[in-house]
Amino acid sequence: MSTTDWPLWEVFVRSRRGLSHTHAGSLHAPDAELALRNARDLYTRRGEGVSIWVVPAAAITASSPDEKDPFFEPAADKPYRHPTFYEIPEGVKHL
Amino acid sequence: MTATGSATVPVTAALALGDDALVLSHRLGEWAGHAPALEEEVALANIALDLLGQARVLLSLVGDEDELAYLREERSFRNLQLVEQPNGDFAHTIARQLYFSTYQHLLHAELAAGDGPFAPLAAKAVKEVAYHRDHAEQWTRRLGDGTGTSHERMRRACAALWRFTGEMFQPVEGLDVDWAALESRWLESVAEVLDRATLTVPEGPRTGAWSAGAGRQGIHTEPFGRMLAEMQHLHRSHPGASW
Repeated sequence: MSTTDWPLWEVFVRSRRGLSHTHAGSLHAPDAELALRNARDLYTRRGEGVSIWVVPAAAITASSPDEKDPFFEPAADKPYRHPTFYEIPEGVKHL
Repeated sequence: MTATGSATVPVTAALALGDDALVLSHRLGEWAGHAPALEEEVALANIALDLLGQARVLLSLVGDEDELAYLREERSFRNLQLVEQPNGDFAHTIARQLYFSTYQHLLHAELAAGDGPFAPLAAKAVKEVAYHRDHAEQWTRRLGDGTGTSHERMRRACAALWRFTGEMFQPVEGLDVDWAALESRWLESVAEVLDRATLTVPEGPRTGAWSAGAGRQGIHTEPFGRMLAEMQHLHRSHPGASW
């Protein structure tokens, strides 16, 4: 048995209620159930999480580095799109 | 020797439970660097560390944890013979874990529900052990209901360790537990897991005539001596050494 037979899974962990799931890393596992358990052992044993998602890495469609400029460059010079014109009220976290 | 609870800690019981956890922890630790997959190695190490934590609490209740772990002779250990069995292949490790974690989970759930001296630590351990049990059940199902080879290896492992399972239900002095009820719940659960894994409950006796109550009385199988020598070597070579 070798890890190379096992598919790759991407792991997303929600660290607290009210936050969204964040990509934590990846791992190999034979199926979804074990991927979830491996994720628990690898990424949440110091109390980092309240919820875990595992997604087959093959199911993720990613933007290519070659497309970086047309994808992201045009947004850079449009400051009016950024919410920078008001003060964040005190006590609002995670914004 | 007063405990966290109101009652005094029964020494025999603390050693039995503590030694089970310590010895199995060491066995699982032997997988470090050898597990079939990196993810599985971390899983086994996690289980080993949970057990080590339990062992430390239990042994500290009745003495100095280092002295008890590193300076006792083989005959003074009170662990089950099941937990000292060598890792064998991965199927052997999983079968051993299935038998033991199911037992430990049922036992700790019962202790946690009572008001004896072990209730507080059992309440904490029961959550850890529930995960160990789940891990073993998941793997038993996949190996049993996997390929021809994995099925055969899992079948062999379950059969080989079967004769060490009777000892678990010999009453331990100081533990107020309905052992017969515990045993029937254990049999029911293990049979269900094996059935889902397309395996059958092994036939044959669950104790050898010579081994009845053996580990709990300090009588151990041959591989235990070697394991103990390795576990105690460093501490005995450098008494009192620290990091």
